[in-house]
Amino acid sequence: MTIVARFEIHYSRFLDAEGKAVGALPAFARDPGELVAMYRGMVLTRRFDAKAVALQRTGRLGTFAVSLGQEAAVIGLAAAMREGDVLVPSYRESGAMLWRGVTLEELLLYWGGDERGSDFAGPRDDFPVAVPVGTQALHAVGAAYAFKLRGEARAVVAVFGDGATSKGDVYEALNFAGVWQAPVVFVAVNNQWAISTFQGFAGGERRPFAARGLGLGIPGIRVDGNDLLAIYSTTLWAAARARRGGGPTLIELVTYRGGAHSTSDDPTKYRPKDEWASFPLGDPIERLKQHLIALGHWSEDQHEKLEEELKVEVLAAWKEAQQYGTMTEEPFLDPATMFDDVFAETPSDLESQRRYMLEIEGS
Amino acid sequence: MAKMNMIEAIRSALDVLMDKDPNVVILGQDVGYFGGVFRCTDGLQRKYGEHRVIDAPISEGGIIGAAIGMGVNGLRPVAEIQFADYIYPGFDQIVSELARLRYRTCGEFFSPVTIRTPCGGGIRGGQTHSQSPEAIFAHISGIRTVMPSNPYDAKGLLISSIESDDPVVFFEPKRLYNGPFDGDPDKPAISWVSHPKGEVPEGYYTVPLDTAEIIKTGEELTIVTYGTLVHVAQAAADAVGVDAEIIDVRSLAPLDVKTLVDSVNKTGRCLVAHEATRFGGYGGELVARIQKECFYSLQAPIGRVAGWDTPYPHAFEWQYFPGKKRLINAINKMMEAA
Repeated sequence: MTIVARFEIHYSRFLDAEGKAVGALPAFARDPGELVAMYRGMVLTRRFDAKAVALQRTGRLGTFAVSLGQEAAVIGLAAAMREGDVLVPSYRESGAMLWRGVTLEELLLYWGGDERGSDFAGPRDDFPVAVPVGTQALHAVGAAYAFKLRGEARAVVAVFGDGATSKGDVYEALNFAGVWQAPVVFVAVNNQWAISTFQGFAGGERRPFAARGLGLGIPGIRVDGNDLLAIYSTTLWAAARARRGGGPTLIELVTYRGGAHSTSDDPTKYRPKDEWASFPLGDPIERLKQHLIALGHWSEDQHEKLEEELKVEVLAAWKEAQQYGTMTEEPFLDPATMFDDVFAETPSDLESQRRYMLEIEGS
Repeated sequence: MAKMNMIEAIRSALDVLMDKDPNVVILGQDVGYFGGVFRCTDGLQRKYGEHRVIDAPISEGGIIGAAIGMGVNGLRPVAEIQFADYIYPGFDQIVSELARLRYRTCGEFFSPVTIRTPCGGGIRGGQTHSQSPEAIFAHISGIRTVMPSNPYDAKGLLISSIESDDPVVFFEPKRLYNGPFDGDPDKPAISWVSHPKGEVPEGYYTVPLDTAEIIKTGEELTIVTYGTLVHVAQAAADAVGVDAEIIDVRSLAPLDVKTLVDSVNKTGRCLVAHEATRFGGYGGELVARIQKECFYSLQAPIGRVAGWDTPYPHAFEWQYFPGKKRLINAINKMMEAA
């Protein structure tokens, strides 16, 4: 028999579970400026998550999706992007959005039910949060095609979870991207759990998710998703490749969903409470911290100070977000706005519904 | 008789039929080990095994498409789509295949799939966890569209749906899972325990498809509604003090026109109410049928209360929800008309 094609999936890892280098490190891995900034982004992500959960518990935000344990994934992929690139997130990438310039206030507005939170002042071309699983993967390909058509050296980074890899949309996106050689980087965040469904139900135990694009001509690479250095370096490479016309890449980040699926979920019903503690890839923040300390660029004292500083920053953002109005406390959001932006211009039929709503529900 | 909430009644229907018929299988996201995000299938995998209560990959199109094949090949699949808002990836399979399989093979092939899916707002779910898309399905020839408003009907109708050789889309108003809801979110929640429809036989029984139910008889006005609004309409009529006949359509397609028409011919007034958006909504069909059959008995134009024609807003759930105020206003206007 003649072999007509042969495939390989590489695994990328720079730091071991204790944060020690497993081999030679790239130059950036010794640059305190870049690394400390990324570290700060990871700690901010965790701090923001904790605040958002607390606000949800007291009724001030709607359902919220935490990214506990995935801080390296979201910061690493975002930090590797250029300003002109486009992020197409799912709903567990708060950290990536923050890194890209979405503000804490905007995220708090969004999760509080105020759609103004998706009207980013910063990264205008980045996509808003996508809740219906996997749909955004195709949008990313379309956006990437537009860059290619216009001859712009820009890449799109699309993020989805292991669960989403079962969706037709994701398979279709991979195929479109392969056929069009679109400048898109697919990041499959394999956090082990899709609500109660272990990644094995999506076929992740048979072959790495990184292999899903091989038959479509898309190279795949599996990355230790709790190793910031590996994530950053792999995404840098894939995005650069996309920008110079090399086509799409599929990156699988192996990580662990440390929290519940969302604030509506209770994971103790379907997985051991302490499972995260025995996850072999450790805690991403702790791993990068040990690396920074080993380089002499960081200390536990500095970490404590940073935690305090970010706590204040997040609290100030919540105070700021409250000024826009909330669902539960004054100033209340204006219900008349629910008729805005259904269409480019509100048709007269909707205007009359708006007037009637104010007349009857305003009393 | 046992006291059951709607979740327990649905679980009981599934349990009774899985016990009775080894061909009944359940598939969906999180339905197996976890027992469903709303707990409707809790314990069923333990009892009937992983091969009959199947945790599916996240793929609504895949779940429904695979269920069609199972159904053609002798199984009786009950597919759970976690939220009606996520049924759309399976829409092609429902419309182009499930609904027409019997028709395009002169009855040679059919697939008795039941698709259970929670719908409606009132749990602060925002745009993507609150929709009521029943009209889209009622519009399709060849599938039955059902929406119970209480535990007794939920169990009886679900058993009928699963046993039916026609495909059924079975909508479960999630705000009613744990108790009847009269439209006032500030009042403490009430459970089904004290509600007559919370009395549910533990064994097998059916509620026939194609039948509407007169929930309360009345002489002055007919309110035709279904789902969550059955309870809200009752509360609104009580608040106005009007002697309203309240009809729970419950089987949206095919529709029990006679029960509706007889009632409106008696009362002379009709208000149609649903939670879904108004434009192109299921209420339009109800109004057209009633208008044609009852035109000469009507003492006032048929009224219609529905959700606004916007996506379900996250922050303004209760200003969006067609609650008591809007129903009371519509009832008052209707009673003023000569």
